[in-house]
Amino acid sequence: MSAASPLERSRGRSAWLFLAPMLLVLALVAAWPLGRTIWFSLTNATLVDLSSYDLIGLGNYLAYEDGRWYGIFTDPQWLRALWNTLVFAAVSVSLETVLGVMIALIVNANLPGRGLMRAAMLVPWAIPTVVSAKIWAWMLNDQFGIVNAMLLSAGLVEGPIAWLGGSDLAMASIIAVDVWKTTPFVALLVLAALQTLPREIYEAAKVDGIHPVRVFFQVTLPLIRPALAVAVIFRLLDAMRMFDLVYVMTGSNEETMTLSVFARQALVSFQDVGYGSAASSGLFLIIALITVIYIMALKPLGEGQKA
Amino acid sequence: MSNRLAKTAGLTVLWLLVACFLLFPFYYAVVSSLRAGSEIFEASLWPADPGLANYRQVMVDQPFARNILNSLMVACAVVVLSLGLAVFAAYSFGRTHFRGRRLLLYTILGVSMFPQVAVLSGLFEIVRLFGLYNNLLSLIFSYMIFTLPFTVWVMTSFMRELPVEIEEAAIMDGAGPWTIVTRIFLPLLAPALVTTGLLAFIAAWNEFLFALSFTLTNEQRTVPVAIALITGASQFELPWGNIMAASVIVTVPLIALVLVFQRRLVAGLTAGAVKG
Repeated sequence: MSAASPLERSRGRSAWLFLAPMLLVLALVAAWPLGRTIWFSLTNATLVDLSSYDLIGLGNYLAYEDGRWYGIFTDPQWLRALWNTLVFAAVSVSLETVLGVMIALIVNANLPGRGLMRAAMLVPWAIPTVVSAKIWAWMLNDQFGIVNAMLLSAGLVEGPIAWLGGSDLAMASIIAVDVWKTTPFVALLVLAALQTLPREIYEAAKVDGIHPVRVFFQVTLPLIRPALAVAVIFRLLDAMRMFDLVYVMTGSNEETMTLSVFARQALVSFQDVGYGSAASSGLFLIIALITVIYIMALKPLGEGQKA
Repeated sequence: MSNRLAKTAGLTVLWLLVACFLLFPFYYAVVSSLRAGSEIFEASLWPADPGLANYRQVMVDQPFARNILNSLMVACAVVVLSLGLAVFAAYSFGRTHFRGRRLLLYTILGVSMFPQVAVLSGLFEIVRLFGLYNNLLSLIFSYMIFTLPFTVWVMTSFMRELPVEIEEAAIMDGAGPWTIVTRIFLPLLAPALVTTGLLAFIAAWNEFLFALSFTLTNEQRTVPVAIALITGASQFELPWGNIMAASVIVTVPLIALVLVFQRRLVAGLTAGAVKG
């Protein structure tokens, strides 16, 4: 078919026309506000009056004045939030990936009731994050929670545990809730990939008497790696911007605060648009950096596979 | 033979364990919501004297019905708008070849990855400028940032699968692109629209950050914000029974939808994620 067939020409003309409304909305709701946020991060604007402010350069990020350092990069609370976010993202995504693959393998086994099992996997995913945060906060309640009651009656602990009180324990609890809620998502993606794999390979491996664990690492894992890579990057970026779970379970407790919670607190609670925008722009840059590193790290793997 | 039986039994036990782990929290929320008054504080696995007092309190003493209506209106408007915009965009992405198509598609995917907090101050300015603070329109507008990119992606992947012969036949009959999309593709894409719309609906129904930031009064709040902000007589006496009742009310329809459409939803989720 030549490049100028009637079909191609007619399509080409309308392509941009059909894209325009969508692009306009995205520009208005994403590109422009992002640009404004970066702009505000260079000012001392406040939420009281967004129209009057002074440009202060990089002062919200890093500045040295009168023998002291200022800005988010030297703010211990922001650095703590950065640490919390990285810990949360690294631990929760690793657990979700390992558990997700395991659950997918279990569910992929040919047993009656596989449909029911898949339905059960969708339940945590369907529950709104705020609702799951509340349900878990109630289950983990130090005085009346079912988790402490069960542990006490089983004799596993001496006294009730303040799950959401201490810093490490609170972070562990938040990670556990996130793992509960999103592991099924990873498992569903992996399950979809598993179901496209050819059966013959497994039958051949069985005939040859190869141990199932070896089959998994040498056959299954390389084959599902593309799907797994997509699931991991989705989860990683989602974890890096975590807001609702932490906000609902531990509020603005510094010891579990993530970067999103920090930025919103500066922006809305303290009305400091300049500082809050710098914190949000910082998060945006970190996420962009992680995405680029991830894609660059994956590229050689993908090419190696094709060759 | 007995070896195989043992293996099946082992797997079944594993399945049951996984199912318990997945389903127990919601079960416990239902149980807690049925415990009235001080019975809520007895941590047992079933309610001794089940009653609907918590549900009555949530629906009567709080504007929770209003919150549900708000969430419904916002989510439905978001679904209609994003599907309307996405179908046409998906036609361009899925059926035509123009310069920069891939780059644009990946830029749009990038938007869906962005931290929502990064646009918060810019959106605040727009919301103020148009006088939309504490107005549901601000939510409908801002939710486009996360529903539009993925509806475009998922619809594009469905659009690509439509056979080219149908389109060619339509062009032979003199149909323009507008007619092709609205009269021929749209009916064919109905199942895809249901899937994508449902995913967008769930995302809008669950959104928290914008809803928390752009609304002020309880009458304008959506369900997640209302639930997060239910407070008791004091900060330390949260009415857990009410919170659990509200949680169950907003989750049951969602779970029902998800179970009814489970095959389609999984197809939509994996179409958006895997085919990229």
